[in-house]
Amino acid sequence: MSTRLAKQGRLIDRSKQVEFTFNGTTLKGYEGDTLASALLANDQMLVGRSFKYHRPRGIVASGAEEPNALVGLGSNRRYEPNQRATTTELFAGLEAKSQNHWPSLEFDVGEINSKLFARFLPAGFYYKMFIHPKPFWKHVYEPFIRKSAGLGAAPDKELVDADTYEHFYFFTDVLVIGGGVAGLQAAKTAAATGAKVLVLEEKSFWGGRAPVDGGEIEGLAAEDWIAKTLEELGAMDNVTLRDRCMGAGVYDHGYVLGYERLTDHAPEAGGPRHRLWRIRATQVVTATGAIERPLSFAGNDVPGVMLAASMRDYIVNWGVMPGQKVVIATNNDDAYRTALAVHAAGGEVVRVVDARENGGGKLADEVRALGIRVENGRAIAKVKDGKRVTKVALCAQNGEGGAREEIEADAVAMSGGWSPVVHLWSHCGGKLNWDAANAHFAPDPDRAPTSHDGKPFVVTAGSASGPLGLGAVMADAAAAGAKAAEAAGRPAQAVAEIATNDVAEAQMEAVWFMPAKADIQLRMKSWLDYQNDVKVSDVQLAAREGYESVEHTKRYTTLGMATDQGKLSNINGLAVLADSLNSEIPQVGTTTFRPPYHPISMGAIGGEARGEVFQPLRRTPMHDWHEANGADFEPVGHWRRPYAFVRGGESVHDAVNREVRNTRENLGLLDASTLGKLVVKGPDAGKFLDMMYTNMMSNLKIGKCRYGLMCSENGFLMDDGVVARIDEDTWLCHTTTGGAERIHGHMEEWLQTEWYDWKVYVTNVTEQLAQVAVVGPNARKVLEKLNAQAGGGMDVSKEALPFMEWRDGEIGGFKARAYRISFSGELSYEIAVSASEGQAFWNALYEAGKEFGVMPYGTEALHILRAEKGFIMIGDETDGTVIPQDLNLQWALSKKKEDFLGKRAHTRSHMADPDRWKLVGLETVDGSVLPDGAYAVGNGVNANGQKNTIGRVTSTYYSANLGRGIAMGLVKHGPKRMGEIIEFPGTDGTIYKAKIVDPVFYDKEGEKQNV
Amino acid sequence: MLMLHCPFCDEYVEETELQAGGEAHLKRFGPGSSDDEFHDYLFTRENPKGVHFELWRHINGCGKWFIAARCTVTLEVFGTYPANCTEPPQWIKDKISEKRPGWTWREFAG
Repeated sequence: MSTRLAKQGRLIDRSKQVEFTFNGTTLKGYEGDTLASALLANDQMLVGRSFKYHRPRGIVASGAEEPNALVGLGSNRRYEPNQRATTTELFAGLEAKSQNHWPSLEFDVGEINSKLFARFLPAGFYYKMFIHPKPFWKHVYEPFIRKSAGLGAAPDKELVDADTYEHFYFFTDVLVIGGGVAGLQAAKTAAATGAKVLVLEEKSFWGGRAPVDGGEIEGLAAEDWIAKTLEELGAMDNVTLRDRCMGAGVYDHGYVLGYERLTDHAPEAGGPRHRLWRIRATQVVTATGAIERPLSFAGNDVPGVMLAASMRDYIVNWGVMPGQKVVIATNNDDAYRTALAVHAAGGEVVRVVDARENGGGKLADEVRALGIRVENGRAIAKVKDGKRVTKVALCAQNGEGGAREEIEADAVAMSGGWSPVVHLWSHCGGKLNWDAANAHFAPDPDRAPTSHDGKPFVVTAGSASGPLGLGAVMADAAAAGAKAAEAAGRPAQAVAEIATNDVAEAQMEAVWFMPAKADIQLRMKSWLDYQNDVKVSDVQLAAREGYESVEHTKRYTTLGMATDQGKLSNINGLAVLADSLNSEIPQVGTTTFRPPYHPISMGAIGGEARGEVFQPLRRTPMHDWHEANGADFEPVGHWRRPYAFVRGGESVHDAVNREVRNTRENLGLLDASTLGKLVVKGPDAGKFLDMMYTNMMSNLKIGKCRYGLMCSENGFLMDDGVVARIDEDTWLCHTTTGGAERIHGHMEEWLQTEWYDWKVYVTNVTEQLAQVAVVGPNARKVLEKLNAQAGGGMDVSKEALPFMEWRDGEIGGFKARAYRISFSGELSYEIAVSASEGQAFWNALYEAGKEFGVMPYGTEALHILRAEKGFIMIGDETDGTVIPQDLNLQWALSKKKEDFLGKRAHTRSHMADPDRWKLVGLETVDGSVLPDGAYAVGNGVNANGQKNTIGRVTSTYYSANLGRGIAMGLVKHGPKRMGEIIEFPGTDGTIYKAKIVDPVFYDKEGEKQNV
Repeated sequence: MLMLHCPFCDEYVEETELQAGGEAHLKRFGPGSSDDEFHDYLFTRENPKGVHFELWRHINGCGKWFIAARCTVTLEVFGTYPANCTEPPQWIKDKISEKRPGWTWREFAG
């Protein structure tokens, strides 16, 4: 039985009781508890079910390495799955639910997986079983697996997280990760040099394990030394201390992410819940401590079996005794401290089994002196299955598990030795050495992660370096602090010796199986990875099936792939694999340590960037008018453009049709301000544009416009637009709305990296100008009316301003530049005014246009108008694989020019292939609208038995002017197949039949735009 | 996340301010080049384990392109310089040779 002790508990405040619920039952704990310690105080041994076999699982650890005690926390907009009970601080009203069980935690149907099917669920089970027969996968296996496997349920997608998050930037000389005694000592030493120091501690308390493990530093009890050191550091201006803040990842050039949990323990406190620290540190000290390893014996996953040091933590830190009759199994001296702690708290240690033939040192003697039975060379053969520990069978370590002695117990403390937490050291390339004596991988200081100067920027301190004794830890930490400060440019300093009282410990011995020759029955119950349900037998099977690489074995067995990333399981798993392969552990090697050290919230990663501030929005000068006039906006890059202006009582579709008809019949206004506008200027500008565009731009006459195409160096069409020659050495290039920044960058790249001796400047003036397309048969009338009202202005007659020319002047009193260009096939002026006058100009046009039937139109009408004319749209007709020839735009490819971007590529064999799909118009036989993106099928099948495709739809619309569906598409040999009817199977099962036609559906001669 | 020195701004800037542009010092092949030459120019890139030259643009800054000489293994940066040259300046070559004895330009070793 697990109970709260009457005394002890250095972290809890017994005067502050708090209530919380677990699976709906109200339980009591104290302020300072973790959810795990509070559950144990309430004798809640069973906290979850395992991933694959649904075995009952209890709390194993006391910190971030906990694999089992994952719960769903909170509810509704604050629900979060897979939270570790051991790192969750208790608060009043906390709601926790266990996971992975159905119908209930106590009674779980899936447990039969374990009892009946364990032998059918070996390593690689998914790969082996579910290949055939195919329909079984969809209808039997997958639904079953989805129901029975997996961790916690994902939050409801409709519920928006109620909390806020933020990012925070920090720059420091030395960053110390870990606020245990080693981290504090390293910080103290570094700070003494005047270096700016930041110390991060993931827990809510400082000092790490030292107060639990005992010992004295500089003549003070560990706890007092910690308090004194914290006070000293807190008083220094050059030191920043942050608790509840984990060092999550170490990246290139001293970039480190910190993850601060501000209000997880106080959800009503207000302010951001998590803060992501984006830190640049000149030097990083990782004082991340060490993690105790489990021992691999049968039933090592039964609730009540826990890590020895964690049991000690629960007793000393939280005043919780996880069992009344405790068996301790160990291969090292540290676990004897747990025996002492259990005894001191009034618990009974029924047996200590030490796998070492020669047993322990002074600590073991101390335990024996208390009358506790200690047996050397002994092992746990098996812990009886169940929802909690009831019986433990003991045997000789050096055997197969026979001649067992069964004893009654309700808890087991195990210790398989300690592994330094090397994750942060390894994230950015720090290498490890195998320490055979201590059976762990430790950082190799000669192969540290290196920074921009090629010099190391990470140094480990304390038990993260390998040593475990207090004296060695403190000496290592002081040296690390001094080293980091010096490497960060502070003066070197001699490190004074730090006095500690240390108990000498006997050497640990590696124990990878308990007992050493355990039979298959035992190995099938010996867990390596609790969270992913991987057993000793699974790793051995993988080895037998030929998985020699540790990276492959990891993926085949899923060892170490759970949310704890193998913090407890990796070394044991490696050892089993090495043993199975008759290899050595260093030869097998480790898997890669990747950030974050411990899962961090998606909210923290997103920070402030959500909702309205997710990304910057670009608004044209006329945006507010659009908004007030029914605009249904669509995103185009970062811009918001009106898709259509919807009037009361009509649908969006109705609005589009109305706008299309009105523009052809009367007068339409389009806000074209988003169109990219690049000024290209300089003595070599013409020569430069001749390289950028496929057609000739240098010979364009001043005052004239030309439609141009741009290809990438490998020949694909990347942008198009109208270019205007402004003066002798100035051109203005229009780009697509989405292309302005991209094309500007493209031009700059060529100018700066290839033709850097050419005298050309490129400036993006997109946002300096508001541009309005005045379109339709009445376009000229409205401009003339405005000029008349203003008492003069630019002559916009056909003669003074012919098609494909531009003029500067005044329109309606506004300083304007008018281009006679048309993307609709109608009489059209695109008029640019200063951005600050955009709204006023638009208002003037709209007022004056009323008598001419003016209506604003949106991007969908724009698309339909251009499609009726067979004009291509970058991004519809092009997708990065289309060349101008595919779109019958050969006329725009200059033959006179020796070179332009894409010219050489167009002669490559695939580009010149006559079988390339080419642009055609498509007209459905019944007048319906073709589905967008539909593929046309031809005769025969391909190698996969699928019908051969011969084309696809690139643009498809309902044309209100023609009263039918119109489309464009790319079809194999299309232009030679005019009149032919081809089939497009839709995803709805319908076969759409369409006739290949000319892509110009409206005003084929182009008379309307040229009036 | 790398930090590189922008030779135009004379500042160390974070990767979030930069745009990567791939291998630097490519020789352009245009009309008249052989299929092999053009293919190599378009598609064949060095992928060295060691010294490398990369184009970077200070896109969220001055907008200028520069070249970074760095080691892809250790993340050491030997230096950055404006992109207006066809091969690395001598001072960069000297610095790399000093740090990576035996290294020579265009052999992508070391």
